[in-house]
Amino acid sequence: MKSSLKLALGLTSAITASTAVSNVAHAEDLTLCWAAWDPANALVELSKDFTKETGIGMKFEFVPWTNYADRFLNELNSHGKLCDLIIGDSQWIGGSAENGHYVKLNDFFDKEKISMDDFVPATVVGYSEWPKNTPNYWALPAMGDVVGWTYRKDWFSKPELQKEFKEKYGWDLGPPTTFDQLKQVAEFFQKREIDGKTVYGASIYTERGSEGITMGAMDVLYSYGFQYENPKKPYEMEGFVNSPDAVKGLEFYKSLYDCCTPPGASNSYMGEGVDAFKSGQVAMHMNFAFTWPGLQKDENVGGDKIGYFVNPKGPGGAQFAQLGGQGISVVSYSDKQESALKFIKWFANKDVQAKWWSLGGYSCLNAVVKDPAFPSSQPYAQTFLDSMAIVKDFWAEPSYAPLLQASQKRFHDYVVAGQGSAKDALDGLVKDWTQVFQDDGKM
Amino acid sequence: MLNRTAENVARATPEPLARKVRGISDKGLAWLFISPTILLLLAINIFPLFWAIYLSFTNFRANRPNEVVKNLGFANYQRILGDQDIWIAMQTTAHFVFWTILLQTLIGFTLAWLIDRKFRGHAFWTTIILVPMMLSPAVVGNFWRFLYEPQIGLFAYAISFVTRIPPTDIQMLSNVSLAPWSIIIVDTWMWTPYVMLICLAGLRSIPEYIYEAAEVDRASNWRQFWSITLPMALPFIMLAVLFRGIENFKMFDMVNLLTGGGPGSTTEVASITLKRQAFESWRTGYSSAFAIILFVAVFGLANIYVKALNKVKQR
Repeated sequence: MKSSLKLALGLTSAITASTAVSNVAHAEDLTLCWAAWDPANALVELSKDFTKETGIGMKFEFVPWTNYADRFLNELNSHGKLCDLIIGDSQWIGGSAENGHYVKLNDFFDKEKISMDDFVPATVVGYSEWPKNTPNYWALPAMGDVVGWTYRKDWFSKPELQKEFKEKYGWDLGPPTTFDQLKQVAEFFQKREIDGKTVYGASIYTERGSEGITMGAMDVLYSYGFQYENPKKPYEMEGFVNSPDAVKGLEFYKSLYDCCTPPGASNSYMGEGVDAFKSGQVAMHMNFAFTWPGLQKDENVGGDKIGYFVNPKGPGGAQFAQLGGQGISVVSYSDKQESALKFIKWFANKDVQAKWWSLGGYSCLNAVVKDPAFPSSQPYAQTFLDSMAIVKDFWAEPSYAPLLQASQKRFHDYVVAGQGSAKDALDGLVKDWTQVFQDDGKM
Repeated sequence: MLNRTAENVARATPEPLARKVRGISDKGLAWLFISPTILLLLAINIFPLFWAIYLSFTNFRANRPNEVVKNLGFANYQRILGDQDIWIAMQTTAHFVFWTILLQTLIGFTLAWLIDRKFRGHAFWTTIILVPMMLSPAVVGNFWRFLYEPQIGLFAYAISFVTRIPPTDIQMLSNVSLAPWSIIIVDTWMWTPYVMLICLAGLRSIPEYIYEAAEVDRASNWRQFWSITLPMALPFIMLAVLFRGIENFKMFDMVNLLTGGGPGSTTEVASITLKRQAFESWRTGYSSAFAIILFVAVFGLANIYVKALNKVKQR
């Protein structure tokens, strides 16, 4: 009896001790929260170096894009301690700064001599600053991203198609530089038989649930003349959001959806777009640049078969692209802020950023992207650089969520469901956005 | 064994406590037993309800806990009742509730009536019919989303085979006119067995001697159906309608998985609108008011219906 008691006590002590040791070993583990996508996997790989250097372990909480905002905004709103570091969407900056979710990084940047001048300006404004265009930093630009296009270079280079296209449209079949050209190319390929398979013109964003159709439609609207507000009078939207040019832009997006997308593509976003391109359904594919490394490596459509082009110009020659991407922030509810800041310092390092790019992440550090070898480092590198030079972002207001929901509804109602006119949709959007800003006391 | 355990517990109970327990009345003991449940109910049902009622009069937003909460009076209710989009969502909900109940009741009762004939293999067919109901709505939603796929889905091919319309033109989830029906079809496929089960219980509860008496009176089959089967099964049918009505008024999972409320807002039922306002736009006070309106609507309608059901039962 005594010996069994001793044995039990011994085992209990051993288990307790091992648990304690293991707790000590993992006490400094950091949890990084982000979306579940290819760059996140690259970051897991990259972070192994951080653990090697500092002994701080990294844990990751990745959530699919469809639940990303819901999951992590809930976490932040409930002051949860799950995430020590978070790579939050660019639109979250305003709300997260005003609601105290993120640690302000100015003092830390000053102390560690991290300068925002070292990063691509658009990414600093988009991912780090709140209020915009003021030197108040809440994140380090982490993942540069922008909407651009891929196309089937192998189809475009078929002599018989080139000949037919030239005869029909009078210009050489190639990556389009204007939206009119893009539509002509899309129409040309729509329902065409290539290699015994019916193919379609283009995959564009039409998703209703989160932000898809807004990101897609804005890509066109910016270049047609849409502006969020009067540049001289903030929050004055009448005549800017629903300007005649913006109306034409939205009409164009609908015409592109109607004429040239694959059947059933009424709720298509990043994943569906990649699927459509990878399965050889479409000649062109609108998507964020983060998808490009994966597509480039794809056995069926990658390598020499794929080409990239910047979001085309509007009728007046203006050319913009929807900004994506995110900055990395320290969560103010974390108990491990010091270690989290260590990670940010490490991540801002030039060599780490260079490796980040080589692994499939998109660095925002000038030293990486302005390196003379950068444009030739990947087939899509130049298109990425050109795209990042023309970016515009959605409202980064603290109330971005209702603003986004309004545009999702108005655009989907018109573009996909065909209800009302483009003018109705944009007039409705002005009304909705006005209500949001009135609720916020900004109007 | 149990007696011995009870005796041990009784012996181990300290005398003062035992005296107190002995002094408890039956009613007191009953309260003692049900009090944990009542407390739990208060904590997870009643308190949130009252909290939601309170929030419905404010501008509270869950994503801005630090902001000053203002009392808005009935402004949220006024805004909801004056919002055209909310009324469209309510109409969409009513459309779903009406058609799903109509189809499920008709098909469910017919199936129950056929199964009740007790033909050879009826037990096997009953089991087969019940399968959709046993699946998770998440599985059913995804399963049908693939079936409806215009390029690879079997549904489009089946319709195309009959109608000769190209399958790629049969876009159930993208087409404004077809999308609502795509959800009605799936809900009917999944929940008709449930209605069938309740109707079957009703049909099996009709005493055999009533039919024997009708046979003696030489009543035709049709007459027997109208005068015996239908009136006696009616309370069960009405019960099934009540259950399905309440469920479909709250319909969320199927719509969310199949269309997400689209295309546009064509299939945006009230629960989807509520979710968007509460958890995407973070208008907590506003969405609480909407939830209260929905609750009152369902509660009121269900009450009226239950009264009608009781009258039918008393006949």
